[in-house]
Amino acid sequence: MIATFRNWALDESPSSRQQAAWGNRYRIWLNLRGNALGMIGLTIILAFIAIAIFAPLLATHDPATQDLANRLAAPSAAHWFGTDELGRDIYSRLLFGGRVTLGMVIAVVVLVAPIGLAIGCIAGYFGGIVDTILMRITDIFLAFPRLVLALAFVAALKPGVESAVLAIALTAWPPYARMARAETLTVRGSDFIAAYRLTGGSSWRIIFRHIMPLCVPTLIVRVTLDMSSIIITAASLGFLGMGAQPPSPEWGAMIATAKRFIFEQWWVAAIPGIAIFLVSLAFNFLGDALRDVLDPKGN
Amino acid sequence: MNRRFKSLAATLSSVFLTLFGLTVLTFLIGRVMPVDPVIAAVGDNAPEDVILRVRAEMGLDQPIPVQFLHYLYQLAHGDFGMSVLTKNPVAQDIVRFFPATFELATAALLLAALIGIPLGVWAAVRQGSFTDQAIRVVCLAGHSVPVFMLSLISLLIFYSALDIAPGPGRQDIIYDGMIDPVTGILTIDTLIAGDLGAFWDALAHMAQPVIILAYFSMAYIARMTRAFMIDALKGEFVITARAKGLSLTKVIWGHAFPTVAVQLVTVIALTYAGLLEGAVVTETVFSWPGIGQYLTVSLMNADMNPVVGTTLLIGLIYVGLNLIADILYRVLDPRVK
Amino acid sequence: MLVEINNLKIGFPSRTGFHQAVKGVSMKLGTEKLGIVGESGSGKSLTARALMKLLPKQTVIEAEKLAFDGIDILSASEKQMRTIRGKRAGFILQDPKYSLNPVKTIGSQVAESWRTHKGGSKRQALEAAVHLLETVKIRDPKKVAASYPHEVSGGMGQRVMIAMMLAPDPELLIADEPTSALDATVQAEILRLIEELVSERGMGLLLISHDLPLVSHFCDRVAVMYAGQVMEELKASDLLSAQHPYTRGLLNCMPSLIHPKERLPVLTRDPEWLK
Repeated sequence: MIATFRNWALDESPSSRQQAAWGNRYRIWLNLRGNALGMIGLTIILAFIAIAIFAPLLATHDPATQDLANRLAAPSAAHWFGTDELGRDIYSRLLFGGRVTLGMVIAVVVLVAPIGLAIGCIAGYFGGIVDTILMRITDIFLAFPRLVLALAFVAALKPGVESAVLAIALTAWPPYARMARAETLTVRGSDFIAAYRLTGGSSWRIIFRHIMPLCVPTLIVRVTLDMSSIIITAASLGFLGMGAQPPSPEWGAMIATAKRFIFEQWWVAAIPGIAIFLVSLAFNFLGDALRDVLDPKGN
Repeated sequence: MNRRFKSLAATLSSVFLTLFGLTVLTFLIGRVMPVDPVIAAVGDNAPEDVILRVRAEMGLDQPIPVQFLHYLYQLAHGDFGMSVLTKNPVAQDIVRFFPATFELATAALLLAALIGIPLGVWAAVRQGSFTDQAIRVVCLAGHSVPVFMLSLISLLIFYSALDIAPGPGRQDIIYDGMIDPVTGILTIDTLIAGDLGAFWDALAHMAQPVIILAYFSMAYIARMTRAFMIDALKGEFVITARAKGLSLTKVIWGHAFPTVAVQLVTVIALTYAGLLEGAVVTETVFSWPGIGQYLTVSLMNADMNPVVGTTLLIGLIYVGLNLIADILYRVLDPRVK
Repeated sequence: MLVEINNLKIGFPSRTGFHQAVKGVSMKLGTEKLGIVGESGSGKSLTARALMKLLPKQTVIEAEKLAFDGIDILSASEKQMRTIRGKRAGFILQDPKYSLNPVKTIGSQVAESWRTHKGGSKRQALEAAVHLLETVKIRDPKKVAASYPHEVSGGMGQRVMIAMMLAPDPELLIADEPTSALDATVQAEILRLIEELVSERGMGLLLISHDLPLVSHFCDRVAVMYAGQVMEELKASDLLSAQHPYTRGLLNCMPSLIHPKERLPVLTRDPEWLK
């Protein structure tokens, strides 16, 4: 079966559009498979997603159940990663914290990628005054380090997961718009767009059906590389008390509470810290590999 | 000449628009705050007429556009409002706290560039080798670890476990208040005061936060340097340089590197802005009395004027750095003229 | 003999296997002017760059003999190569727009070449550079020395390149399509300059080009390359009456003003040539 697919996909003269597309995808996969760091990243990410989804099944304890008699216990058979300052099981909290992080990251990307893409494509395609206005707005948002602007937004809204997602999204879209605009400018003048315009295709149709799909490979690379930055910003907001609020087992918030006794019970802070590091490193590895594979120029 | 002037004018007008946007944005952030600033100022139990009077005093009974103009007027006079927490004007607080952040960020940037640029060049020259991979992993790790994590780990190991580094803060208590704040930059002030003991103490306190911030920026600088250098090394002029019989060192540093140096100026300017972000977190962990800590402490107390003021300041610095990078680019790169 | 090449093979490992680009080239060069002609991808430039050891690291080079003035290039160290490159053999690249360093002044680039091999102070080197620019018939050498490569024309850039490569007084000059990127009007001028300087200084010249008439005009001998092999080698004056079908094919493909053709013929390739 696999061998048949392989031969079919790698056929030098594909007989259908689908075959050519699958051939292309398969070649990308082959290149990616050859990149050791990328595969390590992919494995960790898949594990992370599985853990987040199956957290209730994998957890050994209820992440919210307190056991004050057994506070700050060292790792043991009963509590694999020990317990926190309220006697809650750190291993179980870590799994459920993965859900919070994953949820935030997905929410941000779902909000940001389409909006950034649309703004960039519209600015690039129409040019002129539309471009100027949209790009000036983009510049304004780019004029702040992400965390600082997110902090200010959260402060203005109300600390919490929803505000954090919104704030990160508000600070995350400009690079996507910039990128989409640059891509649009390179294809705007090409013959196939001109041909489509001559057949009477509307501007909106050209943008959404013909230009935006071309930006997708770059978008995927950008999103993957951005993931780690989103995770770290979310964790930093949690750490500064502006993101997920206790008793949520969000990793950054867990570290924030554990910071008080880091010199005595260091593992309480270290374990969620390692989790953040591993997941964001995995996204960086994968993104870096994807960039090599999808966009050899950008290397 | 005329074209250069025009493009400079375009840059300046875009900077001006961005600055205007910054003020609008920070104004709006200040407007939609969750806590009523009047209540915050007079307390929950103040009588109705006091609330109304204070509201009018603060100009909050005016329409929003009028309030915005008032905000602009205040900004133009260097007035960022009062901090509820410190009871000082925000502008005065910023002047007091900024030098500490400046000292931290500048030292970190120097260290990051000093290490990151050679590392990036090395990785590019050895593209695809084990060295390149190792540098890549070190850099990606730098992008992946939250600054607060590194800060905590560093304190845990070097301060608590090994006891070879001083703890949080900017100086030991014994030197507290001993040094005249001439510039606000402690390493310089201690030298002005001629107190070497205090100087070494200040330097030791800086070591941990500076190294952590530098690692974070070094990762970015090295990655960018590598990418630029790989491109430059593909240039035909590199073949020419080798054909002239130059040594590899001269080909790399004398020919390939100068062509990317100008691009690196922009990268370093951007890095500096990123450092301000890192400083917000690092300062919080290390109790470093800079604007980062000022910002987070104000945030936790819903003290909006300092939050808006510092945010605006950081935005201004960023725009300023970009402008400087742009001007340097024009001055340094002969191709632009 | 300045250059001796015997059965030179150059290949690159690729994703699908191994690509053999040069397949057994042999040629010799003394103090004379040898032209190498052939279409793009025939391996002319690779041969020249292999001689200077200027190919990327992953390139696989094999030869029974590859020698410059008796020095074995294949076993030569990078340090040994540096005593050949520039000092004993100059190398002129195709397009001065890319082959000159864009952020250094022309004067400093020429001076560097001089100083690397002849020593002396920076000021001496700069004076020498101005003098060299004069030798290659640049009218205002002081002004040109102070300008950047993008500020001069292509023809001027190539003169600079020549000055730079002649600075250390080499015995051999390799010119890799030195005029292909230039306007037709300056092409002959630049080649005449190269020819003049080479003859004056009694140097060897290896001229790579795809322009058959130019080569036959300026060289003593011509080697015709196709698909990584030398098809034939002949006296330059005989080139236009060459017998090899490939050379004839190339000559037939040239448009002529005197005998205009409706359509230019297409070269029919014969696998027999590569046997």
